[in-house]
Parts: sequence; structure tokens; C-alpha cells
Amino acid sequence: MIEFEDVTKQYPDGTVAVDTLSLRIPSNEITVFVGPSGCGKTTSLRMINRTIERTSGRISIDGEDINSKDAVALRRGIGYVIQHAGLFPHKTVVDNIATVPKLLGWDKRRARTTAMELLERVGLDVKLAERYPAQLSGGQQQRVGVARALAADPPIMLMDEPFSAVDPIVRNQLQEELLRLQRDIGKTIVFVTHDIDEAIKLGDNVAILRVGGKLAQLAPPSELLANPVDDFVRDFVGRDRGYRALTFVHPDELPVKPLPAELVLDDAGAPVGWRTDHEVQPVNAVYKQGDSLRAALDAVLTSPNGWGVCIDANGRAVGIVDQVIVAEALRS
Amino acid sequence: MTWIGDNLGLIWEQLREHLYLAILPVILGLLISVPLGYVATRFSWLANPLIAFGGVLYSLPSIALFIVLPAILGTKVLSTVNIVVALTIYTVSLLIRNVIDGLRSVPAEVRQSAVAVGYGSLHRLVAIDLPIAVPVIFAGLRVVTVANISMVSVGAVIGIGGLGELFTLGFQKDFLTPVVVGVALSLLLALVADLILVGLQRVLTPWARVIHTPPVEVA
Ligand SMILES: Nc1ncnc2c1ncn2[C@@H]1O[C@H](COP(=O)(O)OP(=O)(O)O)[C@@H](O)[C@H]1O
Ligand SMILES: [Mg+2]
Repeated sequence: MIEFEDVTKQYPDGTVAVDTLSLRIPSNEITVFVGPSGCGKTTSLRMINRTIERTSGRISIDGEDINSKDAVALRRGIGYVIQHAGLFPHKTVVDNIATVPKLLGWDKRRARTTAMELLERVGLDVKLAERYPAQLSGGQQQRVGVARALAADPPIMLMDEPFSAVDPIVRNQLQEELLRLQRDIGKTIVFVTHDIDEAIKLGDNVAILRVGGKLAQLAPPSELLANPVDDFVRDFVGRDRGYRALTFVHPDELPVKPLPAELVLDDAGAPVGWRTDHEVQPVNAVYKQGDSLRAALDAVLTSPNGWGVCIDANGRAVGIVDQVIVAEALRS
Repeated sequence: MTWIGDNLGLIWEQLREHLYLAILPVILGLLISVPLGYVATRFSWLANPLIAFGGVLYSLPSIALFIVLPAILGTKVLSTVNIVVALTIYTVSLLIRNVIDGLRSVPAEVRQSAVAVGYGSLHRLVAIDLPIAVPVIFAGLRVVTVANISMVSVGAVIGIGGLGELFTLGFQKDFLTPVVVGVALSLLLALVADLILVGLQRVLTPWARVIHTPPVEVA
């Protein structure tokens, strides 16, 4: 169990990012910190591995004050995953994963074997082992980030918006896999997100923070939805309720328009980008046939030209959707 | 042409001196710039004054430095130490900027995860920050190496200048061959030194050569 007791963080410029925060994070479960941007989630998380030092209060792990140990030793026992993964660009994938085992002085072979096992465990092909991070997609990098955090088998893993920068389809896969992985490994995971949907999906417990680093409510998701303690929590949980409901609408098949000439495809027929006069703009999100209407709307909204690319199960572009198509589907 | 044949020993001697006078300051300058740059990134208020000070130093005319240094250092006017110190000052004044920029080029999330996985600060400098800074530092090393190779010749004015002394010789005797040999060899030296640095950089940064456009997302 990780316990915060009256923890306060005031930055040198006077900003109080976290204000007398007290909460208990149970072992072997996922606890999510969620709240609006700037409410102190990252600060709270990083005080656990002392990459940010608190101003006052006490944080303990299994009853032991985290300051009773050397900070570097403490960190080697806590996995850490962030947005964009923060992989070391000059190290290969396998060396990235083996970082902590090597810092702990494991012999090379054992560190490497462990790293290769983890690579498979997070769903990556072992052929990627000798690649550099720049040769991986965003989703693959994020998996390597998770593998690196788990390499020395720490009991605790801290995750700071790890899936925020990948497109919605991949994010969904990564979330599912984290849940699957957690069923096997049962780590104490503290997960930070600004996305209430993600919090509800992943959290065994969800801590809602309000700006100024105050805890509004800490409860299992069902409890949060059923019994919000105040208007702030009710608003936060209920925000975009209509839009979020689209997540549960799965049209059998959206009618699509034929592929326009501006769409650049790779050899396998997967969409690469939109050709304009000067450059090729990224497609951003794609819509997979059979996914929710929310995914379709997202593909349309994030497209540089208002056309969402629809792909089949093999990733090949099969057509495009636009606002009119999505609106029609909504009406029916 | 016969002059070249008759003076191979002299030419070789000047070439070696030239190389020594140009390269030793690069090595010393690097050894000074890295710790200095590291301190400047830890105490960030130091960085801009240091870079500005480097700019001022670099704008000093080399000839003035060659002449003033003996008085400051207490060395003989004809000592090679003057040239080495002067060029080391130039090297530091130029490289400091690249070291600072290079260390700053480490992405924030990379630095953050290095701290979080449990690198101590010196270990992080050696294992993470410096390797990532190599491309930027090498850009500076290449400029400064070529600059030093051309600047050594200026030392000929005070009597120590490697291949520059061949210019002096040629002008004194009103004889073109030594001048041509001196110019050609210092150009060649600069070219070879640059190629070696480029090769070294490629060996040190295999990761920087990979394609930077990741494949379309297929997780
Ligand atoms: N190094 C810092 N110095 C001063 N203020 C900071 C610093 N880091 C964060 N803050 C401020 O502290 C508050 C909480 O930040 P943060 O913990 O990053 O929030 P969140 O992760 O919830 O978006 C914000 O107001 C932010 O501007
Ligand atoms: Mg944050």
C-alpha cells in the first residue's frame, strides 16, 4: 500500500500544485488519478518516486517512509512510464528494456533474456529487438516503455498519461493489453490521465482531483458514477455524456465513399497521408469498419481535410467517411 | 619541384608540428568544454553568459592573442605553448555553445525517464546525455578543427606556425613553391581531419542514421 498523509507540494514560484493530499493506494490494483489539466496529477505521481520532492507531509510504501531510502535505489524499484514513452533514442529496443536490470548489476545474459521475454509479453515481435526507438510506431514505443518499466519486476508501476499521444484505435488496444497484463502480474499501478473514460475503464479505484491538488473523491468507478460526492465530481464524470455514449453505438457497416486520388497509400494499401500541393499531411485517426460511431466521428474531426479514412480488418483503406455519413448514421 | 625533393624532411617536420598545434587544442578544448557545459546546464543561469563570453573570446584577433599571451603566461615568445593555449581558448569559446546546445537537445521526456529509472546524475551524463549530444557536439568539433588548422599558420608571424612557416620561407625568398606546398598541405590536412571526424561520428551514432519516419501505426 502507498499512503499519502497531508502531502503538500509548493513549487519555488509559489504555485501550490498539491494541497494536503491524503489517500491510500491499495496494493496489486490499478488506482487512477484523474482530473482537469494542471490539477496536480503529475506532481502527485512523481512525488512517489521522488523525482519531485514534496514540501511537507509523508508518503510511505508498505508503512516505510520513502525518504528512509536513497532516492536512486527507491527509483530502481519503481517502474515509470510516460507519454511518448521517453525511450533512450541511442539504445536499441532490447537495451532500452534491459536498462534497470543493468543498473542493478544483473549479468548481461540474464538482463538480455529477461528483456526478450518482456518484449513478447507486451505483444511485440522479437524481430524488433535490435531496432532503435525512432524506427517504431508510437504504439510500439509505448509498449517498449511498459516493458522497460517492468524489466526488474518492481512491485509498483507509475504511469503518466502513457496512452494520450497515440491514436484512439491503438490507445484502445494498449488499454486492453494493460488490463490483460495486470491480470497476470498484479502490480500496484498508479495511472494518471485527464480522460475520465480511460480512468473508468482501467481503474479499480479512481481518485478525482480538483485544481489546486485537492482530492475530490476516491472510489471504485461504479461508486463514482452512482454516488458522486459533489457537483464537481458529477460534472466531471458526466462531461460529454452524449458524445461518450457514441462509444457504445456500433453501426454494422457505414456506407463509405470511394477513395479520392489525394489519399496516399503504401504498398499494402494502408493509408499514409493526404497529398496537398506542398506536402503529405498525416491521416491522424483512421476508422476501422465495425468500430463505434465515436471512432468514426473522431477520424472525421481529426482529419486535416474532414475526410476520415475507413480501413478493413487488414488495415487496407477501403473508403472514406465524412460528417454527412456520420450524421446520417446518428439519425438512424 | 626539386625544392620539394630537397626539403622533404622540413616539410614533414612542419606538417607534424602543424597537426600537433591544431589537434592538441581541440582535445584540450573538448575536455574543458564538456564539464563546463554540464555545469551550465545544471545551473541554467550560467549558460547564456558563458555562450556570450565565448562569442567575445572568439572575436579576439588571433594575432593579438599570440602576442599578448607570452606576457600573461610568462612563456617565451617563441614557445609552442602560446599557440596551444590560444587555440584552446578559441576551441572552448566555440565548443561551449555546442556542448550546451547538445545537452539541451536531450528531450525532456528522455531526461525525465533517465532520472526515474535510477541513473545518478554523473552516470546519466555519461550514459544518456553525452551520447545523445554527440551529433551537435561533433558539428562544433568539425568547425573548430578546420578553423584551428587554418589558424595555426597565423602563428608563423611569431615564428611558430607549422606549415605557415613555409609561407614565411617562400615570401622571404620570393619563391612560390613552398607557399603552394604549404597551402596544399594545410587544405589536405583540413579535409582529412574532417573526414575522420565524420567517420568517427558515424561510428558513435548508428542510431542517428535510422529512418525517422516510423511506419503507419499497426500495433
Ligand atoms: N516545475 C514547476 N514549477 C512551477 N509550477 C509548476 C511546475 N510543474 C508544475 N507546476 C504547476 O503545478 C500545477 C500542477 O501541475 P501538474 O502536476 O503537472 O498537473 P497535471 O499533471 O494534473 O496537469 C500546475 O498549475 C502547473 O502549472
Ligand atoms: Mg500531467
